[in-house]
Amino acid sequence: MVRRIEPDGETFEFTFEGRTIVARPGDSIAAALTAAGIVNLRDSVVSGRPRGVFCMMGSCFDCLVEIDGVPNRQACMTAAASGLEVRRQRGGVEVQAS
Amino acid sequence: MSAGTTADTLVIGGGLVGAAVAWGLARQGEKVILIDEGDVALRASRGNFGLVWVQSKGSGMHDYARWTRRSADLWPDFAGQLAEDSGVSPDYHKPGGLHFCLSEEEMDEVRALNDRMHNVNGALGYGAEMLDRKQLDELMPGLGPDVVGGSYGKHDGHANPLLLLRGLHAALARRGGRYASDARAETIEPDGTGYRVTTPKDVFRGAKVVLAAGHGNSALAPQLDLDIPLRPEKGQILVTERAAPLLTMPTHLLRQTDEGTIMMGDSHEDTGYSTRSGSPVMSQIARNAIRCFPALANLRLVRSWAAVRILTPDGAPIYQQSDAHPGVFSLNCHSGVTLAGAHALALAPMIAAGALAPEMAAFSAGRFHGQTH
Repeated sequence: MVRRIEPDGETFEFTFEGRTIVARPGDSIAAALTAAGIVNLRDSVVSGRPRGVFCMMGSCFDCLVEIDGVPNRQACMTAAASGLEVRRQRGGVEVQAS
Repeated sequence: MSAGTTADTLVIGGGLVGAAVAWGLARQGEKVILIDEGDVALRASRGNFGLVWVQSKGSGMHDYARWTRRSADLWPDFAGQLAEDSGVSPDYHKPGGLHFCLSEEEMDEVRALNDRMHNVNGALGYGAEMLDRKQLDELMPGLGPDVVGGSYGKHDGHANPLLLLRGLHAALARRGGRYASDARAETIEPDGTGYRVTTPKDVFRGAKVVLAAGHGNSALAPQLDLDIPLRPEKGQILVTERAAPLLTMPTHLLRQTDEGTIMMGDSHEDTGYSTRSGSPVMSQIARNAIRCFPALANLRLVRSWAAVRILTPDGAPIYQQSDAHPGVFSLNCHSGVTLAGAHALALAPMIAAGALAPEMAAFSAGRFHGQTH
């Protein structure tokens, strides 16, 4: 079970799959989702199985999410901000062959 | 002398060449020790692009073209046997491969190359044919307007070099071979009827020695009176985020992995043994890739790296057996993935038998010393 070290302080909100997430200043999206008990952030491109936060420092690319419509963003490397719409990354990005 | 340090063959160098030969020797029933420098090694195998590539190889040396084709023919069986021994699939696919041409002049050059290869080995032997833009579009949708045409090689394919290396090491262990890490070979000396290799970790003894240390061979070969001319050539690679399947087959510039990342490469620089990435060449690689495939501009890059190819003066492998020291072999090449099938299933049995087959004489370093072999 994950819990915050500092229980009090200023908060703001963003959404994950439409659900309201309460974040604190300085949170990455991955930190805020972890604090909210959310561990399933995407599906593996290869196996389709669920993936989530692993390294928390930008190396492993396991915590990819879609942020405001932009796919494959690293949740651990992106600061949480008020009003963001975050979604699970489902499979690989479709690239339009021009 | 402990049992863990003596072998039928000591293979020096734990990259793709050494590991493929070591596994091949173990398959022949030999007791093998793979002696490796460790993680600090200048490891070309970890920077490989992953093509199993026949077209364009060996235009100046037909034995090399035939050897490359032989390896491509062995690859399906090799990949299957490796997966069976190791439990690791190297993600090998053989859909053919494309070389894009961006001008009529380039079309003429590649056409002339294909014609030369057909004259020597026959159209069936080489297996590459010119395609116009319309034919290319049928094979690979999404090409940019600058692509005039290209060459399609039906024997070409690709694999994951890292899984291949891991599979070879696992398969060697499964066959009873020993992998000795952090054991940089410092000296190699004749020792009775065999050879003694001294490393910081242990002293190893073997009836035969295979030098497969990449650029490390430059320092090791002279100890056994071999003259192996090698030069470094840097290649840089860029990797995109994972995308849904986009590229239908590998090309000389781009390939898409099973995981969905797209790799871009094909740079050639002389910067000594440096493995630094540099933005001018990285920009050029990205520009070329987008020119061939404009949709790639929408993908983010997530990784880049550089590695140092092991090149001989003519770009073809050197397979050298020592006349003065029976049982000593020096293997030197840059195509560790393409040639892995031949190294494991064709070359290793020759080494197990104690001598390279006569058809390998063309690969001797003697070609650079004014001798036939």
